[in-house]
Amino acid sequence: MADSATSRSRDLDKLLLRPGNLVGPSFEPGPELRDDLRDYARVLVVGAGGLGCELLKDLALSGFKNLDVIDMDRIEVTNLNRQFLFRLEDVGKPKAEVAAKRVMERVNGVNIVPHFCRIEDKELDFYNDFNIIVLGLDSIEARSYINAVACSFLEYNVDDTPREETIKPMVDGGTEGFKGHARVILPGITPCFECTIWLFPPQVKFPLCTLAETPRTAAHCIEYAHLIKWDEVHSGKAFDPDDPEHMQWVYKEAVKRAELFGIPGVTYSLTQGVVKNIIPAIASTNAIISAACALETLKIASGCSKTLSNYLTYNGVEGLHIKATEFVRNKDCLVCGPGVLIELDTAVTLRKFIDMLEEHPRLLLSKASVTHRGKNLYMQAPPVLEEMTRSNLSLPLFDLMGKVSRDVVHVAGLSSMDNKKASSMRKLRVAFKGVPDGVTDMDMAGGA
Amino acid sequence: MIKLFKVKEKQRENAENAKKQTAAELRLHKDISELNLPKSCSITFPNGKDDLMNFEVLIRPDEGYYVGGKFLFSFQVSPHYPHEAPKVKCKTKIYHPNIDLEGNVCLNILREDWKPVLNINTIIYGLYHLFTEPNYEDPLNHDAAAVLRDNPVLFGTNVKRAMSGGFVGHTSFSRCT
Ligand SMILES: [Zn+2]
Repeated sequence: MADSATSRSRDLDKLLLRPGNLVGPSFEPGPELRDDLRDYARVLVVGAGGLGCELLKDLALSGFKNLDVIDMDRIEVTNLNRQFLFRLEDVGKPKAEVAAKRVMERVNGVNIVPHFCRIEDKELDFYNDFNIIVLGLDSIEARSYINAVACSFLEYNVDDTPREETIKPMVDGGTEGFKGHARVILPGITPCFECTIWLFPPQVKFPLCTLAETPRTAAHCIEYAHLIKWDEVHSGKAFDPDDPEHMQWVYKEAVKRAELFGIPGVTYSLTQGVVKNIIPAIASTNAIISAACALETLKIASGCSKTLSNYLTYNGVEGLHIKATEFVRNKDCLVCGPGVLIELDTAVTLRKFIDMLEEHPRLLLSKASVTHRGKNLYMQAPPVLEEMTRSNLSLPLFDLMGKVSRDVVHVAGLSSMDNKKASSMRKLRVAFKGVPDGVTDMDMAGGA
Repeated sequence: MIKLFKVKEKQRENAENAKKQTAAELRLHKDISELNLPKSCSITFPNGKDDLMNFEVLIRPDEGYYVGGKFLFSFQVSPHYPHEAPKVKCKTKIYHPNIDLEGNVCLNILREDWKPVLNINTIIYGLYHLFTEPNYEDPLNHDAAAVLRDNPVLFGTNVKRAMSGGFVGHTSFSRCT
C-alpha cells in the first residue's frame, strides 16, 4: 500500500516538491505540501453528471482527500455511456451517492461526502466551509446561483481591495458537444460569472404562434407538446422536466404532432435535449475540461503554478484548438464589485440615508429604492409597494439591517453622474460607526 | 492558498441565516422600483413585498374591443432574468386571437424578441397593446383570429359575449367585467 501511495504521488511530486519560475507567490515546495493538501483542503464539486464524475476522479487522484459532491439528479440509462462511474444496476439511484462510493472504492484514503439535494437547499454556511468550489454544471441558473453564494462571502478593505481570507475561489467547467471551457474565478480579483454573463448566448425561443399554427421542425413539435399541449391536458399541473413520465408524455405527443404535419426526426433524446436545452455530451470533451479544472484547483490550493488567467476555451469540432483569454472584471459588478463604502451613525434613519445618497459625490442618486439581503426596505414604486414600505422611512437603518456592524445594501434610482441622468443600481457597503465588529480586524467598522 | 486554508475561518455574525441576493433579484428590484404604469394597469404581489419574482398584473382596457373587461396576468420571473423573459400567463379565460384558452400569450417580446435591455414595464405595455390592437396574423386561438380577420363586427359581438360570461361556439367563458 505504501508502494502504491508513492507511485500515485510520483507525478504530483514533480509539481509539489521543486521550485520554479512560474509558481504562485506563496509557493513553498516540500513533502509537507502533499500532507497539507490532504489535511486542509476541502473541495466541493457541484454536479455529479458527465463532468462531475470526471472531476471527482481527477481531484481524488490529484492528492485531495476531503471532497464533497452535491447533485439532485438520479441516474438514467442514457447517462451510462459517459458518466463512467455508473453501472446499469445503479439506474434510479442518486448520482452524488453512487459517484462518491465508486471513487472511494477505487482511490485509497479519499473521503467523499455526497449530498443528494438541490443546491438551493443548503445554507450559506455549508458553502462557506469549503476552500474551493468546483463546478461541473450544465445550467446558467445554477452557475449564477453558486456565483452569488461564493461572492457573498467576499469582503473588501477600506481601500476597496479584497480581503484575501474572504475570497472563495471557484473553478468552473462546462461542455457542449465538442466544445468546452474551464475558468478560474477568484471573486474580487478575476471576473465573476455575472461580470461576463454576455459570454452565454441567449437561448433560441420559437414564437408560440409558430408552434401552434405552422410547425416546421421536430423541435417545433416538441415545444408544442411541452408548452401548449401539456397545459391543455393537465390543467394546473406543472410540467417537471426531471420527471421521466412527464418527459415520456411530451415525447409521445410530439410524435403525434410530427406525424400530423409530416415532420421527421422526433426522438426521445431530442425531446430531452429541446425541453432541457441540452446539447449532447461527448465523453472526451468532459475528460479534457475536467483535467484542466482539476489542475487549476491544484494550482490554487498549492501555489505550485500561477493559475490560468482566466478563461480557457477548447474547441474540438474541427481539429483541436485551445485558447486562454484574460477577461476583465466589471468594476461596478453588483455581485462581486466593492461597491461604495458609506459610514453611518446608528441613529440615521432610512429617510435620511436616502437623502444622503443624493448628495454623495460618488453616487448622486435621487429617488432611491433600497434592498438588503432580499428584504425591500423602501420602494419608490409601484404605489402598492411604496405604501407597504413607507413606515420604514422613519426607522434607523441600523435596526432595519438587523443591527450588524456592516453589510451590503443595493440601491436603485436616478443617477446624475457626469451631468447625465440615468437609471442605475449601485452596491453600497454600509458600515456603522462605533459598533464592535465581532469579526477580525476593525478596518471597516471602526477605521478611517 | 493552502496557508489560508489552515487558518480556521472565523464565523461572521452577519452570515448566519443571511440570504444572498442574485443578479436576477437585483435587476428585478430595479425594474419594479421604476415601474410607471398606465392607469388601466395595476400590479399586486401575492407573496408580499419581499417576493418580487412572482406577481400579478390586472389590465382594464379603456378602449377597443375589450373595454370594460378585467384581465389578470401572472408573472413568474426566472432566476436567470433578464437573460430570460418572465413567464406570463393570462389567468382570465379570454376570447382573443393571440391568447389561447389555457392562457398562453403570443407576444414577441416574451419569446423570440426578448432582450435583456427590455424590462417589466415594456412587457406590461406590450400586453396592454394586445387589447387595443389584437392581431389575426399571430394566432394562438385560431377561430378567434379567423373571425377577427373575416368579420370584425362579429368578433366584437363574440368578445362582448365572452366577457359577460356566455358561450362563443362551444366554449363557455366566465364573466370578467
Ligand atoms: Zn462580478
